[in-house]
Amino acid sequence: MSYKIYQVNEALREFVPREVIDLEEKATWGNPKRGVMDLPYAKELLEQHSLCAGCPEAMAFRYILASLPNPEDTIIVNSTGCSSLVFPQIALHTVHSLFGNQNAVASGIKRVLEWRFPEKVKDVVVIAGDGATVDIGLDCTLQSFFRQEKITTICFDNEVYANTGGQESGSTVKGHVFKMAPKGKQFEKVPMWQLAIDAGCHYVARLTISSPKRVEQVVKKAIYVAREVGPTYIHLYTPCILEIGLNTDDGLEELRARDKERFAFFEYATPEAQEVINRKKEEGLL
Amino acid sequence: MAQAPTEKVIYNRAGQRVVSPDYLLFEAPRTKHFMTGSEVVKEAVKRSSVDASVSYPITPQSEAAHLIGELWVEGYVGVYFRGESEFGVMSEIAGCAMAGARCITTTSGPGTLRAVENFPMWAGSRLPIQLILMVRGINSPLTIQPDNLEVAFLLDTGCMIWYAENAQDLFDMIIAGFVVAEKPEVHVPLITVVDGFFVSHTREAVMLPPDDIALPPYDPYKAPMPVIDAEVPPGRFLRDPFIMKSNYVSYATHTSWQFEVRAAIERSRPYAKHYLRGLIEEFGDPEAEIVFVACGTAAAQSKEAVRLLEDEGIKAKVVKLKTIRPFPVEELVNATKNAKIIFVPEFNVVGWLEREVRRYLYKRSNADIIGTPRVAGGMTMPPEVIVKEVLKILGKEVKHVI
Repeated sequence: MSYKIYQVNEALREFVPREVIDLEEKATWGNPKRGVMDLPYAKELLEQHSLCAGCPEAMAFRYILASLPNPEDTIIVNSTGCSSLVFPQIALHTVHSLFGNQNAVASGIKRVLEWRFPEKVKDVVVIAGDGATVDIGLDCTLQSFFRQEKITTICFDNEVYANTGGQESGSTVKGHVFKMAPKGKQFEKVPMWQLAIDAGCHYVARLTISSPKRVEQVVKKAIYVAREVGPTYIHLYTPCILEIGLNTDDGLEELRARDKERFAFFEYATPEAQEVINRKKEEGLL
Repeated sequence: MAQAPTEKVIYNRAGQRVVSPDYLLFEAPRTKHFMTGSEVVKEAVKRSSVDASVSYPITPQSEAAHLIGELWVEGYVGVYFRGESEFGVMSEIAGCAMAGARCITTTSGPGTLRAVENFPMWAGSRLPIQLILMVRGINSPLTIQPDNLEVAFLLDTGCMIWYAENAQDLFDMIIAGFVVAEKPEVHVPLITVVDGFFVSHTREAVMLPPDDIALPPYDPYKAPMPVIDAEVPPGRFLRDPFIMKSNYVSYATHTSWQFEVRAAIERSRPYAKHYLRGLIEEFGDPEAEIVFVACGTAAAQSKEAVRLLEDEGIKAKVVKLKTIRPFPVEELVNATKNAKIIFVPEFNVVGWLEREVRRYLYKRSNADIIGTPRVAGGMTMPPEVIVKEVLKILGKEVKHVI
């Protein structure tokens, strides 16, 4: 690719808001050592994004986008839900097609790009919510792991269907009262990170987004392993502060509380994945 | 346009000589083969420089999907794998198309309905995927037998729909299909329908051009939507969910996009007319007052019925519809201008083609339109059954015994 493809059209430049120009001028492309430490100076996501004020998903997006080792050649596949709303507000190539088919679409894209561009590295990253990943899209998600698709799947787990108004999801904690679970959820939270391991992912991590640096490390490891070995999975806690009754400035506190319990940092790597991670560390890329 | 000797000879990735669609379809010498419908799918794909195919087993389309897999092994198809379900497959092939591949897939019956959420998404994303639909019944009760009810569910998905009568039609339609669907001003999916078993599993004579020539490869950079390969600027429209916003601009965007998909289907008419040699085919007495309007096997059986009716001294003709979307309105009006009675024989219980014929002939024909005979669930439609219906309606003695 050429960075030119992400430039604002000259004819439109004077009409485009400053922060859109910033997406181009303050981009940190072409440097795999980029990361969250660039965020104070770089631009990854428009301020006028469509998530709620204080939404931890917006934080997660910034950390992930800042950490992609190859953003200029990265395709992001998303799915219906809150997480899909921000994609018009970033610079990269993204795809939204249906609710729950994100890993299937990503599989097709990755295979064709590998075939069309055998000499180039093109990363395909799925970003989808817990409804899309754990419920409606579980089949397509696990099947892409079984097939050993070389894609990275990132689940934004807010433990609820937030975009549709707060309904129970498979990721909701047992007993929690949400819409469609008026007596409280009747079964346990689906351990998606464990399913990912059983289904053949080579690198799996579960964490909250309280530590930007940790998110960066996990994202980079997952993408490097996916490139060379096979599917990787990251399960991120990105709570819906609205649906759990918190204020806009309470997100970080909520994240830190969950760091100590059900989202305690957990990481898994197969020997092949560990080999890649060790090599990337030696190369100074992790 | 033939490949003139002075032109530079180019080859596709499989090493086949690239020729123009007109040369491949109309000019290349053809030899006679004896093949099933499933086997001609392989022969057509082999000559179409196909980049990707995703498969899933369901009777009766499985064999066609196996054979595309063989082409992948032989190097004629770039990407091929088995998906997890028809829903997954149609999403996987969408991903392949978004990434810039010429794509084909196949399905049947309940699989079609499992996949159906994807078809308007294909159309809205302007993906020129070709789906070979080998129709069978849909549940319940379970049947694997020929029946084309599923087409009724696909009429308004925003996909073009063509209907092949036999193996020869299917071969030519698959090749023509890529050419028409990929025209930049068309660029919508194509569902090429063929009757399961009657065509997929029946061996018949087909004329095939040599297999060392093939269609020019697909050029994704001529697409009306940016290809998702990070080589061109990203698109900022339907693939992004901005139209989920609740404001008038988003409503207007969604509406105009829907109209544009339908307009794209309309723009396929001149191309389809050229490459299919007309959107309809007429058989029998051109001036006949008894007209059968049919597609697929029903058209083939109606042709036989026309012959039998001739023995009874009754003049009849068949108007075979090759395209359902776009619907060949003017062609049909013209072909039925002498008609007193139009019969629409169909392989389903609802009569979706009868509805279409009524809709498009409304106030444009004085003929009685009769949706008969109809068979379903695997029944065959012997020409004698068609003749019997005609004789009954004409008030004549029915002599044939079935």
